[in-house]
Amino acid sequence: MKEKFIIRAENLSIGYEDRVIMKDLSFEVPQGDIFIIMGGSGCGKSTLLRTLTGLIPAHAGQIWIRGTDFINGSRQEKSEVMKHSGILYQSGALFSSMTLAENVALPLQQYTSHSPDKISQIVSFKLALVGLAGYEDYYPSEISGGMRKRAGLARALALDPEMVYFDEPSAGLDPVSSKNLDDLILEINKTLGTTIIVVTHELSSIFAIGKNSIFLDKTIKTISAKGNPSDLLKNPPNEQVYEFLTRGESYEKGTK
Amino acid sequence: MVSVKTQGNNIICTLEGVLSGTTPLDIPSVLRNKKIQLVGSNIESWNTDFVVLLFNALKHFPKDNISYSQLPQGMEQLLRLAFQTPPQEKEISRAKLPFLERVGEVGINFFHCVKKGCTFIRECLVSWGRQLCGSAVYRSKDFWMILADCGPQSILIVSLISFMVGLILAFVGAIQLKTFGAQIYVASLVTIGMTRIMGAIMTGVIMAGRTGASYAATIGTMQVNEELDALQTMGISRTDFLVLPRMNALLLSMPILILLADFMGILGGCFVCVLFWDIPLSEYIKYTTNSFYLNNFLVGVFHGIVFGLIIAWCGCYFGVHCGRNADSVGAATTKAVVYSIVWMIVTTGILTVICQWLGV
Repeated sequence: MKEKFIIRAENLSIGYEDRVIMKDLSFEVPQGDIFIIMGGSGCGKSTLLRTLTGLIPAHAGQIWIRGTDFINGSRQEKSEVMKHSGILYQSGALFSSMTLAENVALPLQQYTSHSPDKISQIVSFKLALVGLAGYEDYYPSEISGGMRKRAGLARALALDPEMVYFDEPSAGLDPVSSKNLDDLILEINKTLGTTIIVVTHELSSIFAIGKNSIFLDKTIKTISAKGNPSDLLKNPPNEQVYEFLTRGESYEKGTK
Repeated sequence: MVSVKTQGNNIICTLEGVLSGTTPLDIPSVLRNKKIQLVGSNIESWNTDFVVLLFNALKHFPKDNISYSQLPQGMEQLLRLAFQTPPQEKEISRAKLPFLERVGEVGINFFHCVKKGCTFIRECLVSWGRQLCGSAVYRSKDFWMILADCGPQSILIVSLISFMVGLILAFVGAIQLKTFGAQIYVASLVTIGMTRIMGAIMTGVIMAGRTGASYAATIGTMQVNEELDALQTMGISRTDFLVLPRMNALLLSMPILILLADFMGILGGCFVCVLFWDIPLSEYIKYTTNSFYLNNFLVGVFHGIVFGLIIAWCGCYFGVHCGRNADSVGAATTKAVVYSIVWMIVTTGILTVICQWLGV
């Protein structure tokens, strides 16, 4: 059971300090999947992502990542889990004082004992992988928002992680750049077998890349739907999911 | 004109004539459980001010209890749009808390702040220990860039301010000492004052405003841009990576800047004495040399090192604990400067008492 799923959450409660944002979250992310965490603005998608990446503690419940107890595990175990994870933040989160090459090289310097030459080769390859060959010496301020995201992805892929988290990958991108990033996510998933976990409310991305998904419902503060996004659209389990997936069309009208 | 009639469980509200923001309108909110029908009858003109008035009069009525009849199309659409979302049931309470609760809240916040501050200082010291063992991770390139910013690039402003402080000290001192015919002792006053404490304090204040603020703003912006989260998820200690190079840079540059400040202050004093008080240069140098005590100088440098630590800690602490919006970066920067200066003055008081006690 545990081997099949790269992430498993049981009865998870998340929030900040005393404020519970979501509760009783139970879901599994199959290995090699593209898993979408979707929901309306302010429903707690990013909070769930921050909990899954260890940035904030969970209020209650369990998370197993790669079979490791991510809530009660030791610092070393969590660090080992994070070594196998990459994260692409909404803004790219590149270090502005470093060039793209230095940004991508940072996790390699931290976790590997490769020589500077080898690191430089890996960095060039990762940047080429995301379509940024030749941009090694550029600073984040010298490239566009879409390129910054791709550079962030190159950094997230630096250590060949088993899974990559994406926080609102389409945010702030034009439709073409957004589609290109979706294509890149699909390519990475297909060619490297990387498990992709995407937090988004961008419908075009959800339908283009999502194989599995959970829908976080702000009104009931928990998951109200699970499954393939297209299947959820065909057979909406409730009004909120239908309205979300159809950009606010009336549930009664649509399901008649 | 608006007329309101109650018929059993229904209210008929008839709108007619010219309707504007000054049209008298009185629909008691106690009628909110009744059904209300808005009837337009011979409306000559209306404007959005009237719709605002009407909306506020009806906002406590449930949406389903309001019906519209013969209203101008625009007015009806506006009202339907405004009533489509029910008002927030639980309003955010921004009421001022009672005095005792406010005092309690301040006390609790202060306790949390002290706790967080102590944890941060402990992390910094542990990180320093790791550095001594050679296991702390930070880029030497970052360190040299930060050192260049807080060292060489601060020289001009530290020199200028210290020169002016020496000049002011000499002016003010000479006016008083002249009444005793002892203006030659201005050289001693400036030398002892600058080397013992003034050089260190002035450098500290300048560096708090320049470097401490810059540390808080830089790290605060990194927090806003999720760069700190990225560091954490990459398993890189933010204390090692961000705080340590900044702390080291200030610790290294402060003694040198204080040396410069002392020299420039004495030079400022010399400028006043020679040009305005007709004290010969050789006399000024002689009295300066005689008043220069190594222990005073070392006490000043020690103060500088402590100030360096305070500035680095305050700047980095408020940067790391910054919120995630532009306002927070501004607040973090202000706090970094204010707290640095306050703690420097408090520390100076404590160190002065300790030095007095030790007879230094």
